[in-house]
Amino acid sequence: MHELGIVFYIIRDVKEVARENNVDKVKTVVMDIGEVSTIIPDYLTDCWRWAADKEDLLRGCELKINTTPAMTYCEDCGNEYSTAQHGKKCPHCGSDRTYLLRGNEVEIKEIIV
Amino acid sequence: MDEVKVIEIKKSVFESNEKDADNLRKELKDKGIFLLNLMSSPGSGKTTTLIRTINLLKDKLRIAVMEADIDSDVDAIKIKDATGIQSIQLHTGGMCHLDAEMTRQGLDALELEGVDLAILENVGNLICPAEFDTGNSKNAMILSVPEGEDKPLKYPLMFSICDVVLINKMDVMPYFDFNLEKCTEYVHMRNPKAKVIPICAKTGEGVDKFAQWLLDEIENWK
Repeated sequence: MHELGIVFYIIRDVKEVARENNVDKVKTVVMDIGEVSTIIPDYLTDCWRWAADKEDLLRGCELKINTTPAMTYCEDCGNEYSTAQHGKKCPHCGSDRTYLLRGNEVEIKEIIV
Repeated sequence: MDEVKVIEIKKSVFESNEKDADNLRKELKDKGIFLLNLMSSPGSGKTTTLIRTINLLKDKLRIAVMEADIDSDVDAIKIKDATGIQSIQLHTGGMCHLDAEMTRQGLDALELEGVDLAILENVGNLICPAEFDTGNSKNAMILSVPEGEDKPLKYPLMFSICDVVLINKMDVMPYFDFNLEKCTEYVHMRNPKAKVIPICAKTGEGVDKFAQWLLDEIENWK
């Protein structure tokens, strides 16, 4: 259900870009999705197929997903480390004064028309 | 051969909703309406907590409620019957959350003249509602004792965006392995600024503290 909501947003944005560029058929939509964005790529592509095929502009259009790695920054020792591997606690110094640098994005990178 | 062209977009899918939400927040501020977005998992006691809170505040504030669910109108009727205030039901048509546009539609259906506090009871879910800004002034969420103290670890985003976390069903604590101290620590790990208030919506214990929190927040926001 969560992924379906995201799909509706993607469709809304792609339709707008298509209108601005006078495009009547989109072949591929490329997404950058962070490792810790809570989006499940398989669900997203399933929802995409169902919803996109209802739109003339997007019938048969492929949704391509690039997964971007999540990185966390430690304020105490200044190191960066993989969020998916180590979570909130810094593996270098044990501090939990850390914050996510990137890896929770859900971005439309580009469309191929 | 067809000509292939790449159009770069590089735009977060949440961006358009965030813009809508900021606009709505501004409009509500101009009208003097404080919007509280209340979230939790299903069955944690959102509606019961609201009834208690509204009954404590309805002489001080003019309140209106929007109940969001996938289906049925039991919650809106329950609120109206138990408090006498204006309450409407929003149906999300299968969607697991409300966004700013849906919230705006709900507000448009309310009689807002003189209203100081609008409360949005979001769809019961700890994941999606946290990702979609509704244009609210403050976010509140309820975690009930039977759900377990570890939820801030499992649903980090929800707890990181909440201004207040109500720990509900304190009366059943003896029957569950729930460590309030640990839970508070986990909440603060996600969001050091979140206020944690233990309550029991059934008996009313602690609900006055939440009502006071709301009054203070509205006062500060004005």
